[in-house]
Amino acid sequence: MTVLFGQLFTGISIGAVLLLIALGLALTFGQMNVINMAHGEFIMAGAYTTYVLQQSITGAGLSLVVALPVAFVVAGTMGVLLEVLLIRRLYARPLDTLLVTWGVSLMLQQLARDVFGSPNVQTRAPELLTGNVALPGGLTIANNRLFILALALAAVAALTLALRLTPLGRRIRAVVQNRDLAAVSGIATSRVDRTTFFLGSGLAGLAGVALTLLGPIGPTMGTNLIIDAFLVVVVGGIGQLKGSVIVAFALGVLQATGEYLTTLSVAKVIVFVAIVAFLQWRPQGLFTLRTRSLA
Amino acid sequence: MSLFRDRRILAGAMTLVAAAALTACGSKTSDEGSAAGVTADVSGDTVKVGLLNSLSGTMAISEVTVRDSIMLAVEEINAAGGVLGKKIQPVGEDGASDWPTFAEKAEKLISEDRVAAVFGCWTSASRKAVKPVFEKNKALLFYPVQYEGLEQSPYIFYTGATTNQQIVPGLDYLKSQGAKSVYLVGSDYVFPRTANKIIKAYATANGMTVLGEDYAPLGSTEFGTIVNKVKSSGADAVFNTLNGDSNVAFFKEYKSAGLTAAAMPVVSVSIAEEEVKGIGTQYLEGQLTAWNYYQTTPGAANSKFVAAYKAKYGADKPTSDPMEAAYVGVHLWKAMVEKAGAFDVEKVRAASDGITFDAPEGLVTVDGKTQHIAKTARIGKIGADGLITEVWNSGKPVAPDPYLKTYPWASGLS
Repeated sequence: MTVLFGQLFTGISIGAVLLLIALGLALTFGQMNVINMAHGEFIMAGAYTTYVLQQSITGAGLSLVVALPVAFVVAGTMGVLLEVLLIRRLYARPLDTLLVTWGVSLMLQQLARDVFGSPNVQTRAPELLTGNVALPGGLTIANNRLFILALALAAVAALTLALRLTPLGRRIRAVVQNRDLAAVSGIATSRVDRTTFFLGSGLAGLAGVALTLLGPIGPTMGTNLIIDAFLVVVVGGIGQLKGSVIVAFALGVLQATGEYLTTLSVAKVIVFVAIVAFLQWRPQGLFTLRTRSLA
Repeated sequence: MSLFRDRRILAGAMTLVAAAALTACGSKTSDEGSAAGVTADVSGDTVKVGLLNSLSGTMAISEVTVRDSIMLAVEEINAAGGVLGKKIQPVGEDGASDWPTFAEKAEKLISEDRVAAVFGCWTSASRKAVKPVFEKNKALLFYPVQYEGLEQSPYIFYTGATTNQQIVPGLDYLKSQGAKSVYLVGSDYVFPRTANKIIKAYATANGMTVLGEDYAPLGSTEFGTIVNKVKSSGADAVFNTLNGDSNVAFFKEYKSAGLTAAAMPVVSVSIAEEEVKGIGTQYLEGQLTAWNYYQTTPGAANSKFVAAYKAKYGADKPTSDPMEAAYVGVHLWKAMVEKAGAFDVEKVRAASDGITFDAPEGLVTVDGKTQHIAKTARIGKIGADGLITEVWNSGKPVAPDPYLKTYPWASGLS
C-alpha cells in the first residue's frame, strides 16, 4: 500500500516536471504554432542562471528564490531575441522555423559548453528541499518534488488567470483564434507575438530552475526534455492549456506505473505506444480549439 | 497552416531527434580499410599518438578529465626528451559519446594520421565498438577505465581495473561489513549488465541475496520509481553501476527519499573525484566507492602527479582513478617502446610483459599474457570536502584475472 501511494506520488511528480517543461511550449507551440526546437535550451538557460546566481548569493534558499524571476527574464529575453531575429521572418514557413531553431539549439548547447565547460555543474539545494515529509505508514514525500508540484500548479494558475482576465491575455487569445480579425480590430499582432514568446520562453527558464533540484545541469539537458515537452502539448491538444495539464499528469502516472511493473526502458515503450494509439483515435489531441479562422 | 501539417513536421523532427539518440545504441563498425596492419608513421622527428575521448555528449563530464591527464603525461614525456628520441605529437578526436563515432574516429587516427598508439575510450560500449577496428588494423589502444572483464584483445592494453581488482573487492568489503542483501542499479549497457551477472554469481556463492536489479537508459534522469523500489526492498546496500549524468539524478532522488549512507550505503564503481564534484557532496557524503586510486592515496609519485595536474589545469581540479590510469597508460607505452627499441606494434606487445611503473596508485606491473596490469584494490568513503578517503585496501597489487578463472563461483560466466 505504501509502495502504491509512493508510486502514485512519483507519477504525479513526474507529471509536474512534464507540465513545467511543457507549459512554455503550450504557449509558443500550442498558441502560436511555432515549432521551437530551442525550447529545451531555454530550460538549460534557466538552470545555468541558478548556477551563476549561486556563485554570488551564498544562501541556497535565497538564491533559489532569486533565481526564479531572474531565470524567467533571462530565458524570456532569449526567446524574444530569437523571435525578433529569426522566427518572425519565418512565420509562414514552419519547416524552416524547425530547422532554424534546431540550429539555434545546437549553437546554444555549444555556447554553454564554451562558457561553463562540458562537465556538469552543481548547485546546492536548500536543506529544506533535500529532506522529505514522513507520512503515517512509512510513506515519505520528497520536499523537492512537492516544491516542483507547487511551482507547476502555481505557474498553470497564473498563466490561466493571465490569459482569462488581463487585457494582454485577451489580446493573446484573440490573435490565436483569428489573427486577421484581431489585426483589423487594431491589435498589434506582432507585439502580441513577441510578448507571448517572452512568456513561453520565460516559463521554460522557470522549469530550468526547478530541474536543478532533480537532475544534472549540463549543456545537453535540454535535448533530453524537448521530446517529452512536445508530446505533452501534441497529445493535450494544440491551443489549450487544460489538455497539457491533464496529459502531463496522465503520462507521469502511466510512466511511473509502467516503470514499477516492468523496467524503465519498457515503461518508455508503453508510454510511446499509448500515445500513438491515442493519436490514432484522436489525432487532434485531447482538446481542440474551435475557431472560425480560415487558417 | 493547418494543425495537421504542423503535426507532420513535428513528427519528422522527433524522428530526427530520436534517430540521433538511437544511433548511440548501435554497434556499427566500419569495414573499409585494408586487412593488413597500417604501420605508424615514425619517419620524422616526432611520433604521433591518438587521443580518443568524448568531449561532448553525456560522457563528456568524465572523459574530458581523462583527455587532460593524457596531455599531462605527453608533456612530461616530451619535456624529458620524448620516446626513443622522438617528441610525441598528440592528435585529438572527439568521440562525442556516440559509439559509431568512436569507431569512425579510431579508423581515421589509425589510417589517416598513422598514429603509433591510441589512448582513450571510457564506456565499454565505445571500447567494444573500436575493438574490431584496432584488431583489423593491428593497432594499439590503451584503455584507461575499469570495466566488466571477460575480454582480452591482443591489441588493447587495459590499464584500468578488471572485475577482480574492483568489483570483487567491493563485494568482499560489503560482505566483511555484514551486508546480507544488495540491490543492483545500473545504466543499460554492457558494463552494468555484465558486472551484475558477476555480482549475482558472487552473491549466490557467498550467501548474499540480490533483492532487485534495475537498469536506466544512459542519460536517463528520472529515478523516482527506481529509488522507490530500492527503498521498499530494504536491502543492506546498493551496488551502483550507473554511468554519467544519471548518477546526479539518482543521488538527488536517493537523498530526497530519506535514504542515507548509514542506513543503506551505495557502493559505486563509476563515481570518482570529478563526478563527486558534478553531483555535489551534499548528496554523496559517506557513500562508498571502489577504485584503485584516490587523490588522497599516499606516496611521492602521487604528490608529484597531483601537483603537476593542479598546476596545469587549476587548483580546484581533482584527480581521479581513470585519469590516473590514463596517465599511467602513456608512461607504460613509453616504457614498452623503449624496451622494444621500436614503435612496431608487435615488438611493443612482445616487450610489455613485466614492465613496471612507479604510478601514483603505487607500483603497477604489466601482465603480458592478459595485457592488463596488476594494481592495488581500494575502497574509499566520500568526504564532505569532495575527496575520497581510503577505508580499505588489498595490501598488495592484485594480479589481473579478466576471466575470473581463479574464482570457482565464476565458472558459469563467460
